[in-house]
Amino acid sequence: MPTSYKEVLIFLKYIMMHYETVFIVNPVLSEEQANQTAKKYEDFLKSKKTDIISKESWGLKKLAYSIEKKKSGFYFLFEFTSSDDNLISEFELNFKRDERVMRWLTVKLDKHSIIYAEKRRERLKGKDKKEVKK
Amino acid sequence: METKLEKTENTSELRYLTPVEMDVKTGKKYCRFKKMKIKYIDYKDPDFLLRFLNEQGKILPRRITGNSLKFQRKIAQAIKRARHLGLLPYVSDLLK
Repeated sequence: MPTSYKEVLIFLKYIMMHYETVFIVNPVLSEEQANQTAKKYEDFLKSKKTDIISKESWGLKKLAYSIEKKKSGFYFLFEFTSSDDNLISEFELNFKRDERVMRWLTVKLDKHSIIYAEKRRERLKGKDKKEVKK
Repeated sequence: METKLEKTENTSELRYLTPVEMDVKTGKKYCRFKKMKIKYIDYKDPDFLLRFLNEQGKILPRRITGNSLKFQRKIAQAIKRARHLGLLPYVSDLLK
């Protein structure tokens, strides 16, 4: 266990942070191209040695209001853990530079939301199984 | 109900002087998150957040929903995140 203040800082640096990112990809692209975009970000996370816990594709969804004059978009969700404190700024810099991504949101998950995210994943898994049975 | 009818019949002259008796809900408001022990409010679930919006897409005040301050803040945060991601509208008409 850390004892001095300096050690605490070092200790904190290696604590795993839990994040969740949702981003919207331009609907002008084909589904394949959108998936490729998502793959690019997945590869980026992998190159930074993050643990990707789950990735979801919500498909083409209608937006509640038009963003960049588009009325729909491909939604993607990544959940990952990392101890790198520069990761998120680098990750979001990529979004800023990418024309294909219209909007994004990264959220740090706390203990309650981690439990919620796990339950949500199980629920979605159950749904998928039911659909397969039908 | 019977007592009420009698009252109005007996005091027919005073009918317009006394205020009209209305059935007001007396149940105390409560915070549904505290009661249901919900710890986290998900911004990815717009159908659930819709309960805390009015027709114009505005966030309902605490005095109407009965949420505790802690969860009202969390709801507001979740709604704002959902708006940013285009899951909920900033302004609308006839949301429900």
